[in-house]
Amino acid sequence: MRRRQLILSLAGVAVAAAGTLALGAWRSRVVPDDKLPLPLTAMSWRLTDHRGQEVTPAAWIGRPALVFFGFTFCPDVCPTTLIDISGWLEGLGPDADGLTVALITVDPERDTPEVLADYVANFDPRITGLTGSAADTARVAAEFRVRYEKIARDDDYTMNHTAGVFLFYPDGRFASIIDFHEDRRFALPKIRRILSQGPRT
Amino acid sequence: MRNILLGGLTLALFAGAAQACETVTLGDLSIGHAWSRATIGEGRPAVFYVEITNAGAADDALTGIATPAATMPMLHETVVTDGVASMPHAMSVPVLAGQTTELASGGYHGMLMGLTSALKEGDSFPVTLTFAKAGAVTVNVEVLSLRAEGPECDDAN
Repeated sequence: MRRRQLILSLAGVAVAAAGTLALGAWRSRVVPDDKLPLPLTAMSWRLTDHRGQEVTPAAWIGRPALVFFGFTFCPDVCPTTLIDISGWLEGLGPDADGLTVALITVDPERDTPEVLADYVANFDPRITGLTGSAADTARVAAEFRVRYEKIARDDDYTMNHTAGVFLFYPDGRFASIIDFHEDRRFALPKIRRILSQGPRT
Repeated sequence: MRNILLGGLTLALFAGAAQACETVTLGDLSIGHAWSRATIGEGRPAVFYVEITNAGAADDALTGIATPAATMPMLHETVVTDGVASMPHAMSVPVLAGQTTELASGGYHGMLMGLTSALKEGDSFPVTLTFAKAGAVTVNVEVLSLRAEGPECDDAN
């Protein structure tokens, strides 16, 4: 009898241990990769758009999203990315109306909502510009795993920054990245993949 | 006087064609498709894009650009390392024999900092390119829209 109890309790320990191991394995699968953006549902940033409205990641849940980082004093990479994105949106036509498209500045010092408004007015009207305080910017960059750095240049400065475009499914899961030097023909299929999941009703 | 007349004639001849489609030659080099994008205000840097074809047998190099349109024109290269874009200075841009070298988006490009005035679509301004061997030549740079991807020329280049 005592022996049976011992076996049972040993079995209990084994089950508990197996459970812990399984939980650990499960956890390690859902613990986000430190190179990839968090799902939008796990983000906590708070920014202001170019119309002066506050935006949080929760506001993006329910629609697929296309997000990139840049700054308006960027002469080469950012206009090129914006021109590409405007071209993709045109290529997708009305299908792209269900997409959230956002430029998040890494240069909030110069890119106020008004400056962003002037800038995005030159591109597709579906593109939203977002800015915040230095701390807000640091937080959103950390949650997207984006790196940026201020580089002094004579009496001016420029910014190094992650140049890819991030895609998210309507439920907020991270889908993929369109890299800056990636063949642009692969971009539309990637965007169609997040659009095919449709807006959540 | 004769130069002025010739200049006037040239201007009249080219008035109808987009300036960015003009090609200027300097020895074995031909330089064309010189363009820039409109800027919002004069505080932001502008770009300078151009195509240089070296028909000769010897390599050359673009070592500098100068323009009255900006106080600090520079040669840069957009480099993407590990997903992060940066724009280091380029001391010179190789212009290899028998090849066409582009200053273009995402690679080598001219960066015009300290604009003397905002660049507006339809404006043009001169840029003098200095080469290590061929010397210097001035081209007219056409300002296209902020959304432009390049000049549309008949030679479909």
